Amino acid sequence: MSQDTLFDKVWDLHKVSRLPGGSDQLFIGLHLIHEVTSPQAFGALKDKNLKVKFPERTVATVDHIVPTDNQSRPFKDNLAEQMIETLEKNCLENKIRFFNIGSGNQGIVHVVAPELGLTQPGMTIACGDSHTSTHGAFGSIAFGIGTSQVRDVLATQTIAMNKLKVRQIWCENKLSHGVYAKDLVLHIINELGVKAGVGFAYEFAGPAISTLSMEERMTICNMSIEGGARCGYINPDEKTFSYIKNKLCAPKNEQWNKALTWWKSLKSNEHSIYDDVIKLDASKVEPTVTWGITPGQSISINQKIPLLDDLSPNDKLVAKEAYEYMSFKPGQLIKDTPVDVCFIGSCTNGRISDLRVAAKVLKNKKVSKNVKAFVVPGSEKVATEAKKEGLDQIFKDSGFQWREPGCSMCLAMNSDKLIGNQVSASSSNRNFKGRQGSPSGRTLLMSPAMVAAAAINGRVSDVREFIN
Amino acid sequence: MESVFTPPIGKISHISGKCISLNGNDIDTDRIIPARFLKCVNFDSLGESVFEDDRKTLKGRHPFDLEENKDATILVVNSNFGCGSSREHAPQALMRWGIKAIIGESFADIFYSNCIAIGIPCFTLSKKLIQEIQNYIDNKFLFLEIDMKNSLAKTKDLILNLEIKESSRKMFLSGEWDATSTLLENENLIENKFNQLPYIKFNSHLT
Repeated sequence: MSQDTLFDKVWDLHKVSRLPGGSDQLFIGLHLIHEVTSPQAFGALKDKNLKVKFPERTVATVDHIVPTDNQSRPFKDNLAEQMIETLEKNCLENKIRFFNIGSGNQGIVHVVAPELGLTQPGMTIACGDSHTSTHGAFGSIAFGIGTSQVRDVLATQTIAMNKLKVRQIWCENKLSHGVYAKDLVLHIINELGVKAGVGFAYEFAGPAISTLSMEERMTICNMSIEGGARCGYINPDEKTFSYIKNKLCAPKNEQWNKALTWWKSLKSNEHSIYDDVIKLDASKVEPTVTWGITPGQSISINQKIPLLDDLSPNDKLVAKEAYEYMSFKPGQLIKDTPVDVCFIGSCTNGRISDLRVAAKVLKNKKVSKNVKAFVVPGSEKVATEAKKEGLDQIFKDSGFQWREPGCSMCLAMNSDKLIGNQVSASSSNRNFKGRQGSPSGRTLLMSPAMVAAAAINGRVSDVREFIN
Repeated sequence: MESVFTPPIGKISHISGKCISLNGNDIDTDRIIPARFLKCVNFDSLGESVFEDDRKTLKGRHPFDLEENKDATILVVNSNFGCGSSREHAPQALMRWGIKAIIGESFADIFYSNCIAIGIPCFTLSKKLIQEIQNYIDNKFLFLEIDMKNSLAKTKDLILNLEIKESSRKMFLSGEWDATSTLLENENLIENKFNQLPYIKFNSHLT
């Protein structure tokens, strides 16, 4: 059983009681909500005649259903309009702070909370969204919950949960030129498998993690859930503190110094005990692309799609399904696979640094005429900053469509969808069957830089051929 | 006449019914309920859309479309069932279709918690046993009687030792799986915790 890790310290601090069944009752320090998984929770509260216990500990934004072309109200899609109206009403009635479209702070919930300084080390953070693990990049314990647990957090600010085990994933050395956090996390999921993290929190550590920026760290923690771990985190350091400093909701004045002292005391250290430790060499990671229907089915850009015989018995069943669905032949190269749609955005890779990297690849280049390419900034703040830096113009000049912030084609709840069996090169997080809006649509996950390279060539390409 | 859905309530100690088998590892919640069906402010109509895209692809041959499975209540699955999105809409859709319990090789974490929170027990068995059960169901009907207290599933001539997390088993037997009221019993402790946490004042704008 783990001891003295950041996870243990934060969990123990937030434990309210041991419930009769043996689960822990855990206090949730920050609760984030959005329009998709909260309406039924507010409904249940009403049915039970309960109030929101600490309205100031819940913050809302709208992201999943928002259109990215025309955001004027009412939305063209009646159901989407009904969802945003329901959220507006619930927030108003329950005195919950809501960052709506046009507030300057709307966006994907996992992009917004960190850039507002809401996400801080040592907190427990829950949200009705599996990519809540993103916030672990700051040394918080953050995880996705379902709607019934959203109801419980609203009513009690606590949930019933069993403590997770802790696995440290130690990443030696550092990433090579042209290789990004996305490649590293896809590599980790491929190495460990998509269910290795069940029952675990992942602590990402080592020199390759320390050298990453905060936004890159968010990309890593974001995809913990794709490896089965509902929670992933990184111990906070000077980069964490300087990212938070001066953000809207960051501690100010004497509170800042108190916060800093406390945050520094939380880290795992040489006395920490883990349930498991895995070591890997980050310098060996290459630009990585998924070829299948789970985020674990990935290869580096110059590799061939694995033969059935090369896979473990456990992986064969899904591999067979993947060959058929993706129309790939075992042994085929992934490089040069034609793509129809290129999507840059999502809570994994829709931040300003992602847009900068992609814009650098696209500068003075044109998107292939066979490709529909669009970029969806992760938030209004990201969009504003990108415009200030002239990135929007670089994207537009290259042939990318510049859109308004939201989740968009990561899960295709708005009108941004694949059509038929189109192939997308996508900076998002899931390549599940039908994920991007067409029941036969095919998704290749990769870094935003690799999406940009694929957009130019109209084929899956090695971004290292585009950058110096 | 269409049956009216009634959600489970209180103690869950016995579940009996016909099994339905669904083969495949890593069946994600996007497949259980595609995202376009999440555009709703209640769960009421999700049952008919469960596995919508998989069912359309199989044109009536999907287990959830077969006439003989129409009244099944116990779903038998393989490994990492329910991975991906945290959408509770997935177990809600299964429940509204008629599923009352799931037996599988393994489950994704958030899906498992969601099932517990809405009153669907998830049990595990070894890969070998699951495959034997699935092979059996391919040819014959299998009716199981699940006894929560002893974690057993019985048929006329077979007894299976089901595995379930002890905390989940206790919660089903006590009714505490519907957690809100149990959590609220500790209201004083919650207030104390709130006052003790070092960071509540750090987000000064929120107070």
